[in-house]
Amino acid sequence: MNAAGPFPDKNAVEVAQLTLARGARVLIEGLSFRAEPGEYVELRGANGTGKTSLLRAIAGFLRPKGGQVRIHGAEEPALALHYVAHQNGLKGAASVRGHLRYWAGLFGAPLDEAAALDQLGLARQADLPARVLSQGQARRLALTRLVIAPRPIWLLDEPAAALDAEGRAVLAGLIEAHRARGGIALAAVHEALGPAPSREIVLGLA
Amino acid sequence: MSAWNATFRRDFALMWAGGAGAVAPLGFFFGATLLVPLAMGPERTLLESAGPPLLWIAVALAVLMTLERLFQADLEDGSLEQMLLSPTPLELIVLAKGAALWCAVGLPLALAAAPAAIALQAPVSALPAIVGGVMLGAAAFIGVGLVGAAVTAGVRRAGVLIALIVLPFFAPPVIFGAAAASGEDVGAALAVLAGCAFAAMALGPFGAAAALRLQAE
Repeated sequence: MNAAGPFPDKNAVEVAQLTLARGARVLIEGLSFRAEPGEYVELRGANGTGKTSLLRAIAGFLRPKGGQVRIHGAEEPALALHYVAHQNGLKGAASVRGHLRYWAGLFGAPLDEAAALDQLGLARQADLPARVLSQGQARRLALTRLVIAPRPIWLLDEPAAALDAEGRAVLAGLIEAHRARGGIALAAVHEALGPAPSREIVLGLA
Repeated sequence: MSAWNATFRRDFALMWAGGAGAVAPLGFFFGATLLVPLAMGPERTLLESAGPPLLWIAVALAVLMTLERLFQADLEDGSLEQMLLSPTPLELIVLAKGAALWCAVGLPLALAAAPAAIALQAPVSALPAIVGGVMLGAAAFIGVGLVGAAVTAGVRRAGVLIALIVLPFFAPPVIFGAAAASGEDVGAALAVLAGCAFAAMALGPFGAAAALRLQAE
């Protein structure tokens, strides 16, 4: 496990009266919640109800139509969070190891290559180009970002997609450890990931 | 390793790996310049006057070829979002990508310009000015190209659109590059080229980063 201690800043994610729209279509209207350190929030809802948009708004990629997203305890919100989405952010020609090194540089984190590979079970694929990885292995590679750079807030968009049972267990373990360290995890899911959520937000009921 | 280094090394490696990102523009450049003497015949005076402009047009189009996928790939595969989460400003990351493109494509083009110039009957004494000029000119093309590539990153088949956006800004380097290559007032022409290169590489990343932030939505 990464040796990062509990996160020093008391981070919290606060969503206040958030309204999100894609084009003319309003996806989310007047949503408010607050996630404190150690919380694991599951976002649920049918396809197209705005789970991804909500995560992207919290990450700061998508500008809200109304309301606010506040990341407490972080001077620069973007540096306090990880975003794992459908697109894994991989380059087919680059090796697994190359991706780890690139992300460590990008996030300005020291890299314990062997530990990151072991934790996600990619040690045997370390020198393969990402192009030949299976869907599940590609997702595992994307999840190494969570381990490489310790950041307090994780935004996970269907993180278990394409993962096998063992991969799901690894992911659940990562989330549990992250909570124990005082981190916050928000995951958009269709099926429970394993860790008991401290809060469940169902979108698209209105 | 800093984000700048990491981005530079990754982009440089990717351009030479499998994707043929750097090989295709070089092939195009050689094809365009080496076919000209065959098509125009060996008449020396004709080639001497037409050669430098043709060489510069080939450089400009070779750089243009590389722009379409420069940011589009990052937008599609989710790499752009990770760049936005870096402690290093996006402007610097974009500059690193531009620098990698220059090293992977601009420098080889400048070196390739020497044999191409000889095939176009340029005097050997003009080669240093041609090679140096293409080095500077490629930097100017890439600096401007960063903005064009970023603005069109979300557009399918953006090639034509990029060309419309960047080609007007390619005009000054082409004019002064061809002047330097033809041997008139070489020092002044190279100075103007250097100015174009620095201005484009200094301002381009800001425009490109602003456009990419919008694209991420």
